[in-house]
Amino acid sequence: MTFEHLDLNTVWFILVGVLFTGYVILDGFDLGVGAIHLLAAKSDHDRRLFLNAIGPVWDGNEVWLVTGGGALFAAFPDVYATVFSGFYLAFMALLCALIFRAVAIEFRSKHPSPRWRAGWDISFAVGSIASSLLIGVAMGNIVWGVPLDAQGEFAGTFLGLLHPYPLLVGVTTVVLFAMHGSIYLVLKTEGETQARVRRWVNPLIIAFILCYVIVTLATLLYVPHMTEAFRQHPWVFAIVIPVVLLIANIPREMNVGKEFLAFLSSCGAMAGLMAIFGIGMFPDLVYSLPAPEHSLTAHNAASSPKTLGIMLTIALIGVPVVLAYSASIYYIFRGKVKLTKLSY
Amino acid sequence: MHVELLARIQFAFTAAFHYLYPPLSIGLGLLLVIIEGLWLKTRNPLYHQMARFWTRVFALTFAIGVATGLVMEFEFGTNWATYSRYVGDVFGSALAAEGIFAFFLESGFLAILLFGWDKVGPKLHYFATCMVAFGAHFSAIWIVVANSWMQTPAGYHIVGEGLHARAEITDFWAMVFNPSSMDRLMHTVIGAWQAGAWLMVSVGAFYLLKKRHRDFAFKSLKIGLVVALVASLLSLFSGHESAIGVAKNQPAKLAAMEGLWITQPNAPLHVVGWVDAKTETTHGIAMPGMLSVLAHNDPNAVVTGLDAIPRDERPPVNFTFQMFHLMVGVGLLLILLAIIGVIAWWSGRLEQSRWLLWLMTFAVLGPQIANQAGWFAAEVGRQPWIVYHLLRTSDALSKVVTAHQVLASIIMFALVYLLLFAVFVFLLNDKIKHGPDDEDLVITGRLADGLAQRKGEAE
Repeated sequence: MTFEHLDLNTVWFILVGVLFTGYVILDGFDLGVGAIHLLAAKSDHDRRLFLNAIGPVWDGNEVWLVTGGGALFAAFPDVYATVFSGFYLAFMALLCALIFRAVAIEFRSKHPSPRWRAGWDISFAVGSIASSLLIGVAMGNIVWGVPLDAQGEFAGTFLGLLHPYPLLVGVTTVVLFAMHGSIYLVLKTEGETQARVRRWVNPLIIAFILCYVIVTLATLLYVPHMTEAFRQHPWVFAIVIPVVLLIANIPREMNVGKEFLAFLSSCGAMAGLMAIFGIGMFPDLVYSLPAPEHSLTAHNAASSPKTLGIMLTIALIGVPVVLAYSASIYYIFRGKVKLTKLSY
Repeated sequence: MHVELLARIQFAFTAAFHYLYPPLSIGLGLLLVIIEGLWLKTRNPLYHQMARFWTRVFALTFAIGVATGLVMEFEFGTNWATYSRYVGDVFGSALAAEGIFAFFLESGFLAILLFGWDKVGPKLHYFATCMVAFGAHFSAIWIVVANSWMQTPAGYHIVGEGLHARAEITDFWAMVFNPSSMDRLMHTVIGAWQAGAWLMVSVGAFYLLKKRHRDFAFKSLKIGLVVALVASLLSLFSGHESAIGVAKNQPAKLAAMEGLWITQPNAPLHVVGWVDAKTETTHGIAMPGMLSVLAHNDPNAVVTGLDAIPRDERPPVNFTFQMFHLMVGVGLLLILLAIIGVIAWWSGRLEQSRWLLWLMTFAVLGPQIANQAGWFAAEVGRQPWIVYHLLRTSDALSKVVTAHQVLASIIMFALVYLLLFAVFVFLLNDKIKHGPDDEDLVITGRLADGLAQRKGEAE
């Protein structure tokens, strides 16, 4: 297939964004379940319900990260190389957290001893929170800008990545995922467990809205390049309206007992936030601070048009199929979780 | 220590640890397709019980495979940033294809395979099993294609110079079907089948020794043994094909595998040996002319020796030699064991030969050792190149990463993986001790509905 009339670089900027959006929406809720795992559950029974609520799907959700990473490697190898080598220790910590979290889900149920289970519970919760935080911190740094040299190599330090703005984005991400996960759990549980989870939803919504307001103010005040696109093309500001409405809709639907719509609103809000992030960044993939001319963009950091075209063909064949069977798997495992002998 | 050495140690360690698991997933995936297929065909509940048991083992290997596989994907960027920039255009697209076509397939349908037993009908469940196995094989395809491109680059051109040089695709299919990809893919997948098959043989033999779950043990052992025998024989052929390819495309690697210092006709093949790199000699027991046969199907053919390779382009010879011979030796022993096993089974003496059952119990280590050794020979034999004749390993590192950072992450991975491995062995042992569930002999949920319905249709 040829795509002569397409701006392939922009298409892949969007597609990589779509893959990472898929990741934050999907893995977001199972990371969020992990974040409230120690807090909202009272008994082993509750914890098993939590794990089994995400049991059949968390693995597939994480594949969005793998594929997003692969697509970034293929479409924008310079971005992949700069970010992954530049954020070295942060990514090593992320890997460590993701590994502990993944194996905790698998291993917790395999042995009945309370000490064994408590250990893996902590591993699952801490791994989830740390993963969410690090993902947020990485995003915060991308928004804020990182020092790049003329070769497009990272020229900063690990500690330099931990300044207040990225940490703020990190905390916001943890809270957002926890809110998203708690709504998902309300959907998947019933009875007393559900009542316990439900108590966490409203405080988390409020916490998220507070974080969101603070991050937005900080961005407006301190990160001028993110608002440039909105100043130049005021019509894109329209995207902000549905995002705010969707966020406001979450508590509304929760209060009238329409949890599924609340969850969809939460998904939609996250997609909208990612869109705002993408619009603000475009065409930069890594914004260079203090030397913006060294920024890695969808054009100077991309693979050849030939590769972008091949990958678009692969994506056009593969992604619809993936979406179709992912949706049917969610459909097969719909409804409240029931513990059986197959459960974690 | 130097950052290059540390980065290589880290990659070798994390890749070797990761590679304990995907071969088991690929091999067990194939075996699950066979077992569940047999169940649907015969409706013998024993097969259902086997499918359930081996699915649980599969899930365990898969979980660690995913967790350690994510590390591999990150590591290209974290430790080998220059390499990533250089090959991203070529290598990245194979990796992305792997994600879209293989990983989603595997992990998505795994949900049905593991948790869907009572929720879906037998046909849909079997479809899911097939898709998981298919996905596992598909992931092998893309990653071996990408690795083979590093051995025998094709379908690309180099754009830019010096610091900014990089490979770009000119022909996608030439990249996919590069000269070594199909031979190496076959050899890799067949090696993975053996890993799964010998695990089944091993557990079956162990139960027979302990006189537990006799029917289950016998069936597992027989199915495992048939697959092991077929796969180990196929390995001979795919190995031979690979050797011909290596001789043609990477003569330095073949010379190192055999410690052949002088270009010669009638080149010898060592049974065992030791390479002395200082004196440039190889000592050991050798079969004259056999290397010429292996590489060119002709005892008189000339095989390129290390004397034809510039010194700074030679791989570490003794290490490559030993790893290659370890792979071949273990592979041949496995063929022998599979043949003896099948003969004992046919003559009805399998249960009485305790020594044979013990050998089979430990044979699970065989394919793991051979797979690891084979990859070490393939990757170390490519040195000093990371992409053969295009990019040196020493030029491929991340420029901004220091030795301390790499060392810190090696220590972290060593601790995490040690823990993972301990937990894996503990849980595998636990599952094997627990054995198959007798409840699984009774088919429940929608699986039973489906079967009853089909019986009704048949009547």
